Amino acid sequence: MAQRDFVRRMPDANTTFERRQALLWRLHIDLPLLVLVVLTCGYGLVVLYSAVDGNVDRFVSQLYRLGAALLVMLCAAQIDPMTLRRWASLIYGAGIVLLVIVLLAGTSAKGAQRWIDLPGLPRFQPSEMMKLAVPMMTAAFFAERSVPPKTSAVFVALALIGLPAVLIAAQPDLGTAILVAGSGLAVLLLSGVRWSLVAAGLMACAAALPGLWYVMKDYQRQRVLTLFDPESDPLGAGWNIIQSKIAIGSGGVFGKGLFQGTQSHLDFLPESHTDFIIAVMGEELGLLGILVLLSLYFLIVTRGLFIATQGQDAFARMLAGGLTLTFFTYLFVNIAMVAGLLPVVGVPLPLVSYGGTSALTLMAGFGILMAVGTHRRLLRA
Amino acid sequence: MADTLTLRNHDVEARIFTGRVMILWLVLGLAMFVLVLRLYQLQVLEYARHVARSEQNRIEVQPLAPTRGQVFDRHGRLIAGNLPVFSLTVVRERVEDLDATLALLAELVGLTPEEIETFRKRARERRRPFEPVPLRLRLEEDEIARVAVNRHRLPGVEVEAQMIRFYPQGELLAHALGSVRRITPEDLQRLDPVEYSATRFIGRLGVEKYYEAALHGHVGHERVETDARGRIMRVLDRTPPVSGSNVTLHLDLDLQRAAVAALDGRRGAIVAIEPESGGILAMVSNPGYDPNLFIGGIDTETYAGLRDDPDMPLFNRALRGQYAPGSTFKPFVALAALANGETDWSRTINDPGYYQLPNDSRRYRDWSWRPGGGGQGIVHLRKAIYRSSNTYFFDLATRLGVDRIVEFTRPFGFGDHLEIDVPDAANGLMPDRQWKRRVRGEPWYPGDNLNLGIGQGDMLVTPLQLATAVSILANRGARVRPRMILASDAPLPELETAPLPPIELAEPANFELMVDAMEDVVHRGNQVYGENGTAWAYVGRDIAYRMAGKSGTAQVVEIPQGVKLDPEEVEERRREHAWFVAFAPADAPKIAVAVLVENGGGGSSTAAPVAKSVLDAWLLPGIDEDAQQLVTN
Repeated sequence: MAQRDFVRRMPDANTTFERRQALLWRLHIDLPLLVLVVLTCGYGLVVLYSAVDGNVDRFVSQLYRLGAALLVMLCAAQIDPMTLRRWASLIYGAGIVLLVIVLLAGTSAKGAQRWIDLPGLPRFQPSEMMKLAVPMMTAAFFAERSVPPKTSAVFVALALIGLPAVLIAAQPDLGTAILVAGSGLAVLLLSGVRWSLVAAGLMACAAALPGLWYVMKDYQRQRVLTLFDPESDPLGAGWNIIQSKIAIGSGGVFGKGLFQGTQSHLDFLPESHTDFIIAVMGEELGLLGILVLLSLYFLIVTRGLFIATQGQDAFARMLAGGLTLTFFTYLFVNIAMVAGLLPVVGVPLPLVSYGGTSALTLMAGFGILMAVGTHRRLLRA
Repeated sequence: MADTLTLRNHDVEARIFTGRVMILWLVLGLAMFVLVLRLYQLQVLEYARHVARSEQNRIEVQPLAPTRGQVFDRHGRLIAGNLPVFSLTVVRERVEDLDATLALLAELVGLTPEEIETFRKRARERRRPFEPVPLRLRLEEDEIARVAVNRHRLPGVEVEAQMIRFYPQGELLAHALGSVRRITPEDLQRLDPVEYSATRFIGRLGVEKYYEAALHGHVGHERVETDARGRIMRVLDRTPPVSGSNVTLHLDLDLQRAAVAALDGRRGAIVAIEPESGGILAMVSNPGYDPNLFIGGIDTETYAGLRDDPDMPLFNRALRGQYAPGSTFKPFVALAALANGETDWSRTINDPGYYQLPNDSRRYRDWSWRPGGGGQGIVHLRKAIYRSSNTYFFDLATRLGVDRIVEFTRPFGFGDHLEIDVPDAANGLMPDRQWKRRVRGEPWYPGDNLNLGIGQGDMLVTPLQLATAVSILANRGARVRPRMILASDAPLPELETAPLPPIELAEPANFELMVDAMEDVVHRGNQVYGENGTAWAYVGRDIAYRMAGKSGTAQVVEIPQGVKLDPEEVEERRREHAWFVAFAPADAPKIAVAVLVENGGGGSSTAAPVAKSVLDAWLLPGIDEDAQQLVTN
C-alpha cells in the first residue's frame, strides 16, 4: 500500500503517528469529536462562570460534573454497538417500567414528577435515560428489517417512540418528551422510510397541530400565546422571553463584554445559568460569541453524522445518526426558545447550561458515537 | 415480493443511509441558518431598541425630595421645622402576596384595620410605577427593628427615612401659620410633576400655602442602577435637591401666647399688627387645633370631632370670620363726615335716645334708650366717639349717604383685601347701592344709611380687616398692607411691595383729633355719670401708656344650621359679639389690635381687657419677660 511505502520512507515520524492513532483507536476515542466536545464545554464554562456571578462553588461543581460526564463518555465508548443492540429491548422495557413508576410514585419538583428517589442511590430521572433508550430501540427495531421498511413496521416504530414520549409528557415534561420523540423520529427518518411516508407524516402532523391546542394544559397554551405576544403580560408569562430577547438584542455584534451583562447580573434574566444561558452569551459576547458556539455545535453535528455514515451496520449507523440529531434538536429548541422562536419548554443548552443530568446523557450519547466510530472490525482486515 | 427477498444488500443500505444523512445535514444547516438570521434580527437590526430597553430596565431615575424651608418667628424661634421620621412603605409591584404581607406587618407593627384600609385606598390611586405607597408614617425604634429582622419575608416593604413637617408650637400657631397636608391625586393634576415627584406634602393653609414655591425648594435626582427586584445596586450620578428657603415672619411667639392667654378659652379672634410695617405680630383664632395631627394622616374619628365641634376649631375666625363691625366702624364714618364737611368737632346734636328720619315715624334707638327716657343729651363728635353715640352717627350717616361713606372708607380695606401674603382671607362686605340691587333686588333705603353709619346691617368685616383699618388710622392715614413675612433667604417679591397711596385729609389735624377722641374711650374717667369713656371702667383705671381704642358690638345674624346646642347655649350664642380695636402708644403707635370675642356681649367690658393684655404684652417689658419665663418653663 502507498501508506506503507510512506511509512517505510519516514519511519520515525510515522511510527509516532501510527502509535498515537493506534492508542486512540484502542481506547475507542474519536479525537475530532473529543476535541470539539471539550472545546464547547470549556467555552460554555467561561460563560457559565459569568452567569453564576463568579460563584466559584457552582463553577467548580459544574466542572466536576462535566469531568464525570466525560468519564462516562469514555466508558460508553468502550461498549461495542453490537452489545447495545442486544440490550436495546431490555433497556427500553426497563425505561418504560420506570416511567410508569415515576408517574405513580415519583418525587415532585417544580410541579412535575420526574424523579425516582431510591435510598442510597443518587436521584434518578428515567426520562433522561429514554433519550438514549428510544433511539437505541428504534434503531434495533429497524436494523432487523429490510430497507425501505414496510408501512406497518413504521407504525410499530411510531408506537415505540410515542409510548415513552406520552408518559414523559404526562409528568409533565414537554421539553424532554419532545427530545425523546425527536430522537426516535430521527432514527425513523434515517431508517430509509419512503419519502412519501415522511411527507404524509409531516402533513398529518400539520393537520393535527390545531387539535394539539385542545389537549394542551392551560399553562402550555399560555406559553404558546406568550410566544406570539409576550408584551400582553410583560411582568408575568412574558417576562422571561421579553428579558431574554432584550439580553440577546442589547449584546449587539460584539457584546457588552464578559461579566458586563446588565440583564443577567442584575437578575432581569431568569434562569440565566440554566435554560437561558445563551442569552447571557448573547448579551456579553454578542453575535460573534454565539456564532462561535454555533460553529462548534455544527462541527460536532457534522462529525457525528460523518461517524454515522461510517457505522459498521445499520443499527450503528441509525443509532449514531439518531443521537446526533437528538443533540441538534437539543440546541435548536433551546436557542429558538430563548430567541423567541419557539414556546418556552424546559430544554437546557447542551454542554453549556448548568446541571449534570443532561450533560451526562449527552456525553453518554457522544460515547456511543465514538463506539460506533471505533468498533469497526471489518475495516481492519 | 418483499416477503421472499430476505437477503439484504448492505452496500445499498449504507448508500441510502449516506444519502439521507446528506439531506439531513443540509436541513440542519438550514435550521442553523434560521437561528443565525434570528440572532441577526435581534442583535443587529433591532439592536438599538433592545439596548434602550435594557438601559430602561436597569437605570431608574429616582427623585430626591428637597428639604422644606423652615419658618421662624421674628426672634428666630423655630415655628415650622422638619423632623426625620422612619415610615413604612410598600412598593406594590414588588410584593408577591399583598394580603400575606399586610397580615405579617399587622403582626409586627400592629397595623389597625383603618391603616390597612387607608393604605389600600392610596395603593389604588395609581401614580408612578414602583412608587412606594406609605403604610405607616411613623415607626418606633422597636418596630423598625422587627421589620428589619423579617426583611426577607417582606419583599417590597421598605423602611424609608424622610423629613416631615413639624410644628413645635402645635395649636398655638395653627391658624396663624397654616400647615401642610399630604398631596392628593387632585393636587398632582396641577402640580409640576417633576418638581413634586418626591414630595409628599404641600402647603395647605396660611404661610405654608402662600410661600409654597419658596418653601418647597427644588427636586434633585439620582440615576441608580437597580436589579430586577428594584434594589439599588449603585448610584450612577446625582443631582442633589435644593432645600427650600427659610422664611422669618413678623409673628412674635410671646405675643401670640399672651393673646391666646388673654382670650382665656373664649371663642374669638385677635389680630395684632405693627402699624409702621403692616407686619402681623399675632394672629389668634380660638379654639385652634394641632396642625401636626393632619400630617401623620388624621384618623376619621378625631377629624369628625374637630369638624363637628360647635366651637369650630378648624375655622379661622381671624381671616374668614365675617362679623358686623358695629361701633368700631364709627371713627371711620366720622372721618368721612369730617372730610366731606358734614360735621366738625364743635357741632352738636341733642340726643333724645333715638333718631327719626324725616317723614318717618320709626324711632332708631340709641343704646342708651330706655322706655320713657334715656338719651345722652348734647353730643358733639368727640363725645359721640367716647360715648359711642348711635344717634349722632345716625345723623352723620344720613347727611353723608352711602356713596360717600363707601368711597371714603374703602381705602381702609373695608370690603377689600389689602393683605399681601395671607391666603384665603375673606373679603368682608361693604354694602352699597349696586350691591343691594344686585343681591337683594331692592333700592338703597335711607334706613340702610343708619345701619351702615353704626357698622350694623349688611356690613361685614374680618378681624384682619379691622386690624388693618385701625393700623391705617394709627398711621394717620399712611396705608400699609398686612403681611406675615419679615425676611427670607430667598429674594421674594413680597418683601418689596410698593406702598399704597396714603389717605389724605384736607385738614390733617382731624386724624390727631380722632386719635384723641379714641384715647378718651380708654382714658376719660372719673367724670360724672355718662361722661366716662366706654372702656375706661374696664381698662383705663390702671394703664401705663396712652391707648386709643374703640369698642363695638356685632349683632349675631344667625346660628349656623346643623349646630346642635342645648337651650342655654342657644341663649349664649344669641348674645352679641364683642369687638375692641386699639392701638398704642397713641402718639407713636407700635401696635394695633383688633379683638373679637364671639357672643362676648359688650365690647368694652369683654373685648377691651383682652386688647389691653395684648398691648401690655407688647409694650411693657416686664410682662414680656414673664412670658419668656413661661416659655422656658
